[in-house]
Amino acid sequence: MTAETVVAARGISKTFGKGGVTALQDIDMEVGRGEFISLIGPSGCGKSTLLRLIGDLVEPSSGEILVNGKTAHRARLDRDYGIVFQAAVLYDWRTVAKNIALPLELTGWSRAKRAERVAEMLKLVELEGFEKHYPWQLSGGMQQRVSIARALSFSPDLLLMDEPFGALDEMTRERLNAELLRIWAETGSTVIFVTHSISEAVYLSTRVVVMSPRPGRITSVIPIDLPQPRTFETREEPRFFELVTEVREALHASGELVGADE
Amino acid sequence: MTSLAEPYVERRTRKRVRKWGPALVVFGIGIAAWQWLLPALGIERYLLPPLSDVLQAFWDNRSELLSGGWITFKEAVGGFLLGCGTAFLLALVLARWRPLGNALMPYMIAANAVPIVAFAPITNAWFGTLSPWSKVVIAAVLCFFPVLVNTLRGLTSVRPESLELMRSYAAPQRTVFARVRIPNSLPFVFTALKIASVLAMIGAVVGDYFGGSTEALGVQIVSAVSLAQYETAWAAILVASMLGIAFYASVALAERLVLSWHPSVRAGVE
Repeated sequence: MTAETVVAARGISKTFGKGGVTALQDIDMEVGRGEFISLIGPSGCGKSTLLRLIGDLVEPSSGEILVNGKTAHRARLDRDYGIVFQAAVLYDWRTVAKNIALPLELTGWSRAKRAERVAEMLKLVELEGFEKHYPWQLSGGMQQRVSIARALSFSPDLLLMDEPFGALDEMTRERLNAELLRIWAETGSTVIFVTHSISEAVYLSTRVVVMSPRPGRITSVIPIDLPQPRTFETREEPRFFELVTEVREALHASGELVGADE
Repeated sequence: MTSLAEPYVERRTRKRVRKWGPALVVFGIGIAAWQWLLPALGIERYLLPPLSDVLQAFWDNRSELLSGGWITFKEAVGGFLLGCGTAFLLALVLARWRPLGNALMPYMIAANAVPIVAFAPITNAWFGTLSPWSKVVIAAVLCFFPVLVNTLRGLTSVRPESLELMRSYAAPQRTVFARVRIPNSLPFVFTALKIASVLAMIGAVVGDYFGGSTEALGVQIVSAVSLAQYETAWAAILVASMLGIAFYASVALAERLVLSWHPSVRAGVE
């Protein structure tokens, strides 16, 4: 992989509550610049928790996380990452343009620079002409594109995505997968992507991290050697199916049945 | 096919008629019943005088009634601003420092159940019977609790992910309030403000009942009744109702303008 490390997690454990559930145990992980990493596993394996730990939205019970060589806390204060949740989490009272501009407002960009940047972002996620719309006027897929545009607006070099397409129908999801890969290629950012869909993980990633629950841990890491750029045909290649099978077997080997989404 | 070919304006008119028609018909029936059915049934005028007599009384006393209405309306608006403003600020404080809110809220909710107009004679003692402040305070206290409780609910019922997003931007509390909590609370706030506009009018008129400047509307109602001028009393009540409706309607209009993004307003727009 690439030499430069963006995220390094060492010996991470996370326990919720007093002597409660161990969400994560002994997690070691390194993510290089420009990688696209998927975290996959059944519910309760701690994949979302791991993402939130990297984003310093929750704190580890033990262990250390470095983002761009800084503590995760410092990296959050420096706004080193953009985050996309399963729900678009748009503010209903803001137009599409103002939702995208939110992080720019908070970092004190001038009005003119914000407008310029929002126009670029709308073009990137193919939502030109929708800047004055309110979130309720958009479909679920469009809302999620706004959310991605907002996360990318301030050019963070790390994008954290927590099942961003989980609530969308299969066709929309595949289209947004392709769009996300195009954006990833254009911006050269690093992506950590939580999903419970095996084919999505294989299609998008440079590496798939397979996790298992009780306690949440990493059971295997599978490099995805499908050629870039990936297209709709990628999903029909024999190698794609081999890798899907490999990931599925890794999930089964970790002793857990996988959801019926494959 | 014909309905599709119909011009837009005509279709819109028909839609409006269908929407408002029934309400207008009921209004007409009500007015007619007041004017003709009640006297026909032998209802005495001290119980409810015919509408035409009430309107006549309004016309004869229009300058006193309108200036009295204006005095009472100012008391109501003053109380509304004072009560709602204080409640909103306190809600911000309680939402920012939750332990404080948790400590105080049970008392706030209990105080909400106190029949506050019962205090009207007391506020007269505090501020002087003739002072408008005794009525302003009653109106303010009436407005205070619904606005406090609703605003606090609006400020605190924010989706966790909305807050996580702000946390990811390392936004300080001040920003979280300005960009997320306060906008999120506005639908709750306006619901409370509409309730408060009605309560403020009630507070001001009832406050007048316990004494006030002889020109105030509530005082006029009491003295007209004591002089058996029922038509005048009813005319004054009509003025109070109109002012109350106007007050409510202006708050509702402000809501529509401020909350153009909210489902409750969208539904009305079609």
